[in-house]
Amino acid sequence: MQKREKENKQNSTNGQAVAVAKRSKFNKDKFRKFMLGTKEKQGFLKVFCIYALLICIGFIYVNPILHMISRSFMSLNDLLDSSVNWIPSAIDLSNYAQAAKSMDFWSSLGKSIIIAGVPTICNLISCSIIGYGLARFEFPGRGAVLGIILFTFILPSQITMISTYLLYTNMGILGTLWAFILPALFGMGINAPIFILIFWQFFRQVPKVLIEAAQIDGAGYLKSFFKISLPSAAPAIITVSLFSFVWYWNESYLTELYVSGVKVKTGWTSLVIQLDNFATNYSAYAQTATGGATRLNESINMAGTMLSVLPLMLMYFVLQRYFVESIDRTGITGE
Amino acid sequence: MSKKVSKEEKKNRKKVKPGRLAKREALVGIAFISPWIIGALMFLIYPLVMSFWYSLNNIRITPRGLMFRNVGIGNFTQILMADVKFPVTLADYVISTIASVPIIVVFALMIAIMLNQDVKGRGIFRLIFFLPVIIVSGPILGMLNDEGAGSVTAIDIQAITKAIEDTLPGSIAEPISSLFENMITILWYSGVQILIFLSSLQKIDRSMYEAAKIDGGSGWECFWKITLPTIKPMILLNCVYTIVFISNNDQNAIIELIKNSMFSGTQEKGYGYASAMAWLYSIVVLLIVGLFALAFVAQKDVYAKQVKKAKKARKKEQRELKRVGRRSARHAKKREREQAKQH
Repeated sequence: MQKREKENKQNSTNGQAVAVAKRSKFNKDKFRKFMLGTKEKQGFLKVFCIYALLICIGFIYVNPILHMISRSFMSLNDLLDSSVNWIPSAIDLSNYAQAAKSMDFWSSLGKSIIIAGVPTICNLISCSIIGYGLARFEFPGRGAVLGIILFTFILPSQITMISTYLLYTNMGILGTLWAFILPALFGMGINAPIFILIFWQFFRQVPKVLIEAAQIDGAGYLKSFFKISLPSAAPAIITVSLFSFVWYWNESYLTELYVSGVKVKTGWTSLVIQLDNFATNYSAYAQTATGGATRLNESINMAGTMLSVLPLMLMYFVLQRYFVESIDRTGITGE
Repeated sequence: MSKKVSKEEKKNRKKVKPGRLAKREALVGIAFISPWIIGALMFLIYPLVMSFWYSLNNIRITPRGLMFRNVGIGNFTQILMADVKFPVTLADYVISTIASVPIIVVFALMIAIMLNQDVKGRGIFRLIFFLPVIIVSGPILGMLNDEGAGSVTAIDIQAITKAIEDTLPGSIAEPISSLFENMITILWYSGVQILIFLSSLQKIDRSMYEAAKIDGGSGWECFWKITLPTIKPMILLNCVYTIVFISNNDQNAIIELIKNSMFSGTQEKGYGYASAMAWLYSIVVLLIVGLFALAFVAQKDVYAKQVKKAKKARKKEQRELKRVGRRSARHAKKREREQAKQH
């Protein structure tokens, strides 16, 4: 035992000596290897370049957001002062207070959550059922259905927008949340083709043997869907609900047209739409406000933008793992 | 007991008539997708047909309801001939889309390849590059662009735009220079694409690279001969996704134009006119998608090409060989005959 230890020690000291000798012999060849790398190891130069590029591009990428954050805290003096570039001299929260008041923040936030959340649930139900039907069963015309689904993804929504608008008017659901719920229930919501394809892809991976075994044990079609396929599709459910929520939240064009009204405003509104009409909203607010309302400036604009982005950003940072891994998990990229 | 019997009977029947189960499965499948069928009829086919019908009409809103007056293709000709804004905006849209789609896709591919290396803190970078997907929406982008936060401050944008405007004709220069002005927000569109590329890059078989390295292939060659052909379908997917995203985005001037003309009170505009606009716009979008798809589908695989070439060469060789064989046979016969004559 002791002998072995001794041997080990000797070996290690030997190794150290060799290493020292190697290190002291610093030559051109080794420098080249270090910089450009060998077959096994990446060179320093390459690694350095990758990090530098990634950090630079990453910074450029978040630059607008940083700009927005820093501007939103600036007082009017800081805005005009050319010596203040990034960091405000004092944190001014009045921008936020005014923007929030003019946007009617809390009620808009609640409505945004409803406008994004309810259709998301409908999307989830309809797309999972449709995706399962496409993945599990063979029936004539399945290929055609898939083709039409792909086609509807490419087709701009503007082409059906006007007639759908009139249809909703005739049905009397224009300006209510039903204008979003109804298409979502029938698999025609915003970006529903993507969600159907995600579920389709996912349910195809559920082994058919499993479902057949369940059927032999007496499970019907509905039971094998709810009890076997759906629980195994948890990643798809998470992905679809996150993306659907985000996309409904950020949709301002169709929300304004169908739900909140273009000319005659209904009660429905969302933060994004409030931001879209920020200038008019703010001037209306400034007229009614009893003193203290400053004129609309960049800081208030940025504070308003920040406020409408903030809920989703918070959600993103809490659930970021699911967002970032979502695309890996959905299997869009194939196996 | 009776249930059991009936089940057994069913099984027996299944054995006798093999099409039975398949038929029932097909029915159940159709039942599962029936929501989609109803939805497609109600929210796709019907609106499509109606919107085509509207586009052929002049529609006026009266107190008694909508007044239709058939104008044939009058709306279309008016849009293309007399409208001040639409053709120009459409041309701008086409140019800027065709220019920005490759930028976005190539940028996404670059970032994905860099992230695919052994990078520490990949999670943080992915977090950053995916962030815009969450917050990108028309009004927010508009706000940021208005405040000038959308351009790269470190680069002298004005010099670039001026150079572009000097070299290119005016109609092309304007959309492209506006592209540079809002460079960041355009790069912001690439969040989803980066992740799609990244996950497809990670699925490429490592052993292919190893084999190529053993054969002496450099990293550059590996990229062109292995990475690119493998992820080619993903490139097309990302192109299509980008086009769809750009054309549905609120920042797009045309869809705003369509909405405005939809609610404009003038006599010649209104629902019919806007429908015609939407049809024209959709056709253009589909054409652009088709263009990109064609560019990818038409290009055949390098290896397929080489195999074809080799086959051709081999066939030619065989033909040559046959010809030579025939000729030599003919010669031999001739000589034989001559020899026979001499004898």
